[in-house]
Amino acid sequence: MKLQRFGGKKLTVLLLVMTMLAVALTGCKSGDKAEETSKITIGIPQDIDGLDPHKAEGAGTREVLFNIFEGLVKPDENGNLNPAVASDVTVSEDGTVYTFTLRDGIKFHNGNPVTVDDVVYSIERCAGTDGETPLVSAFSNIAKVEATDEAHVVITLTAADTDFLSYLTTAIVPKDSTDLDTNPIGTGPYKYVSRSPQENIIVTRFDDYWGEKAFLKDVTFKIESNPDSIVMDLEGGSIDMFARITSAQMDQLSDKFQVYEGTMNLVQALYLNNAFEPFQDVRVRQALCYAVDPQGVMDFVSAGKGTEIGSSMFPSFQKYFMPELNDTYNQDLEKAKALLEEAGYPDLTFTITVPSNYTQHVDTAQVLADQLKQIGVTANIQQVEWDSWLENVYSGRQYEATVVGVDASSLNAPALLSRFVSDAHNNFVNFNSEAYDAAFAKAEASVDDAEKTAAFKECEKILSEEAANVYIQDLPEFVALNKKYTGYTFYPLYAQDVAKIRLADDATN
Amino acid sequence: MRYIGKKIGMMLFTLLVVSLCVFLAFHLIPGDPALRQLGTNGTPEQLAALRHEMGLDRPVMVQYCSWLLGIFHGDLGSSYVYKIPVTGMLGEKIPITITLALMSFVIMILISLPLGIYTAKHKDGKIDHLIMVLNQVVMAVPPFFAGILLTLVFGMILKLFTPGGFVSYHTSIPGFLGYLFFPAIAIALPKSAMAVKLLRSSVIEEAGKDYTRTAYSRGNTTNAVLYRHVLQNAMIPVVTFMGMTLADMVAGSIVIEQVFGIPGISRILLTSINNRDYPVVEAIILGIATLVIVINLFVDVLYRILDPRIAKEDEA
Amino acid sequence: MKLKHRNRFFYAGLIITGIVLLLVLVGVVYTPYDPTAMNAQEKLQGASFRHLMGTDNMGRDIFSRVLYGSRITLLIATGTVALGAIAGILIGAFTGYYGGRLDEVLMRVMDALFAFPSILLALVFVSLFGTGTWQVMLALGVAFIPSFSRIVRSEFLRCKNADYVKSAKLQGASSLRIMFWHIMPNCKNVILSAILIGFNNAVLAEAGLSFLGIGAQPPYASLGKMLSDAQQYMMTLPVYVLGPGLMIFSMVIGFSFLGEGVRE
Repeated sequence: MKLQRFGGKKLTVLLLVMTMLAVALTGCKSGDKAEETSKITIGIPQDIDGLDPHKAEGAGTREVLFNIFEGLVKPDENGNLNPAVASDVTVSEDGTVYTFTLRDGIKFHNGNPVTVDDVVYSIERCAGTDGETPLVSAFSNIAKVEATDEAHVVITLTAADTDFLSYLTTAIVPKDSTDLDTNPIGTGPYKYVSRSPQENIIVTRFDDYWGEKAFLKDVTFKIESNPDSIVMDLEGGSIDMFARITSAQMDQLSDKFQVYEGTMNLVQALYLNNAFEPFQDVRVRQALCYAVDPQGVMDFVSAGKGTEIGSSMFPSFQKYFMPELNDTYNQDLEKAKALLEEAGYPDLTFTITVPSNYTQHVDTAQVLADQLKQIGVTANIQQVEWDSWLENVYSGRQYEATVVGVDASSLNAPALLSRFVSDAHNNFVNFNSEAYDAAFAKAEASVDDAEKTAAFKECEKILSEEAANVYIQDLPEFVALNKKYTGYTFYPLYAQDVAKIRLADDATN
Repeated sequence: MRYIGKKIGMMLFTLLVVSLCVFLAFHLIPGDPALRQLGTNGTPEQLAALRHEMGLDRPVMVQYCSWLLGIFHGDLGSSYVYKIPVTGMLGEKIPITITLALMSFVIMILISLPLGIYTAKHKDGKIDHLIMVLNQVVMAVPPFFAGILLTLVFGMILKLFTPGGFVSYHTSIPGFLGYLFFPAIAIALPKSAMAVKLLRSSVIEEAGKDYTRTAYSRGNTTNAVLYRHVLQNAMIPVVTFMGMTLADMVAGSIVIEQVFGIPGISRILLTSINNRDYPVVEAIILGIATLVIVINLFVDVLYRILDPRIAKEDEA
Repeated sequence: MKLKHRNRFFYAGLIITGIVLLLVLVGVVYTPYDPTAMNAQEKLQGASFRHLMGTDNMGRDIFSRVLYGSRITLLIATGTVALGAIAGILIGAFTGYYGGRLDEVLMRVMDALFAFPSILLALVFVSLFGTGTWQVMLALGVAFIPSFSRIVRSEFLRCKNADYVKSAKLQGASSLRIMFWHIMPNCKNVILSAILIGFNNAVLAEAGLSFLGIGAQPPYASLGKMLSDAQQYMMTLPVYVLGPGLMIFSMVIGFSFLGEGVRE
């Protein structure tokens, strides 16, 4: 009896009301056009791994935090280091004493002035002076950090390091901050507002910023965990910008979008676990290098536009990049087969582990597997999530081979090369070469820039000749930005500088 | 009443089994959450300290018991990744997923009741055949794909909503409900098709029974017989089905939330599984399992209230 | 009239399923191209005589991939149903026939299993054992056990006091013989229809899991994975969506028509 009311005409009415309600509700969204003028939603491929700038690991996290935090110095789009929290720096003759002048009147997002104590605290926190492992390994070279007066901080090194300044992009945070992970406070052009796990990170313009203030007021970094919906979300208007779209996605975009083309500044390679038995033999590694045709990979995954590389260095580092290494191995299938035969692995089988959220790397792995088939090598592909990749491949080194892009966290050669020193904690490929260790040590120790550069180049050459990895390319970066905005700027580092993005002129009137 | 008491007892036991399974599954798999949290630079001493801090150095059963006790105090632990209490983290997301599931449920009822009754009444008519074929078609489309098609048609072409433009319920309740409308349809469609089919065959079956003929012979009109007698009995299996469906809808939202970019429970679940963020995964899985068990119990009881015959059989 | 209508369903189902199976069989022996062979010159092409369903973003022949993918999907679905049905039937038969303590315990375990929606259970499995075709099959198979066991159990409960069972007992037949020789044949329609429904659920669940990135690993793809890959080309290359989409659709609708037919 009770059920009767479900039936009949009332139902039809309900259904109608429901539909009308839905149409009315969906209609509401177009009301706020005026507000649009100073906000932007930027899609990012994964949630950030934390808000503490000193502990953030992923490149994807650093590019977001770039807007919130600054170091004593800050990189610009040409790869120069400009003063930021410090207004000036002087280096002693012997290169071991750095004196920084604190920028006058600079404030944290919470309104407090930045003091020399904050600077000392931040540097010490990263240097691990309290006995912990340094968060920034180059800081282990620091003998002491001290504030000489209210405007000057002096950092003394145990040994000269011409690259030292490039590490001082390390964020300056308030000394009394206990909860950077939930309440990050920096000095950057944007200040943190809120974060919702797996949903978004919201920042707003910091109006007391010392430098050129940001153009756009409210910025939302929206997590786009499904790569297949990026184009739809861009077209539909729920995101205005997405960095690193694939060439296939680029082809799908309408002319509402401007696609900026730069490079990702990554060393994309088939990284080989040199400790995996077949790969202990240099001939096997070389065979793989001979079998692979980087241009073939580029034709598939980056519309033929990547830049070929032959060692762990990308072209933006002009000083160190060696284009001649691209020719160490040109595709030669017969030679590859012969080398495999010689090494005793005529029908090698191995697994490529790839992080699934990076379409480019997954696609590259597929092309590589196809190319390797030509020399009788079977490469199986195993997709894993980014976090398990970090844990099992990067930290655990439990893998055979992986395709990934390695970026530089600071503007210097060790950022890319230090990981191949045999006992480096982040030597995830287990590369082991005495010649390399010696060359790297020499580079680190040398004070003369030319000598240092030559030694780093020697390192690159060893990586190439020893076929540490199968080097492929520095991927082209395609950034889609809605034409309502303009001013996207590429950096030689992993960074999205939102402060430079502004409304396009025709949209302001 | 005794029956219900027994059922509740059984339910509690099942819940205990479920919680144990969930807990053990995630504590016995390889992969150390402390190591993950420490990243690539940790020393063995730091690792040991962190394991102690996270309570990972205790025997598994002790960890289980303290976890279970915590639940009764509303304490589900802290997320390893986000370092905030799980209750707070999920509290934000639960309303989204529940709203989505309930909306789908309402839509299913609104679609299936009129269609089920209509097709039964007009059995073997043209419209009946058409709807039956449509039903089969709807059931043969993977739900995620239905979601993509809806996005394409209503989002991209008709522009009735912004794909990926989820509106938080903090910002605007109408906007929030408006965005969930099409995802809810994507979840509701296949279930509605099943419900229509079930209701139709159930009504037809009841209509063939003796009591229906008696009612007719007393001079009642078709509608009166249908609504007063037939439907009441025909609804019994349908109500059971729908009850079960509510739980299915929560599970169905795992895929649909991903299609429409809704930051609900499912998104958190998927990423937490990959992050090995056990406290979050355990809480969500246990939560969904509990929901399913409770709904099943509810359906079971409802079934007895609707159909007294079963209760009598049971007592006999 | 009614019977005729049902038969129409049955024959339609038979024809559709027949075509699907034929295509899969042909795919085992012959595909026009290697389903994993890439071709940079022929990326994202529309349908042509060279490529019946066009090519994907890697220049692979979609028709060949659909044939291969159908095989993977069919394999997963078959494995899932086989595992779920065999374990479910055994559990259902024993608990239904014997009852008592065993019944109580096993049914609680089934309740606990039933509390995990299949997608959820699959996610748990994958996080425990890694992702891949076999894991998906195992996970979905386990998820399907409770529904089979419940159906079979209730059939056994209904039949165990039937006259023919009593007479078999009097003739001294063993319990196993009674269960699987006498009672089981009476359940065959119910089981068959449960298998057909289970098959459809498996195909659809696999598609959902593929969408979440769980299942067959590239360069191979199940139908669900292909469909989810094709998603972003829906506007520019509809034929990419059509191939795998139609195949899944035909598989499911074929079996559900068959199910309709069998139920009568």
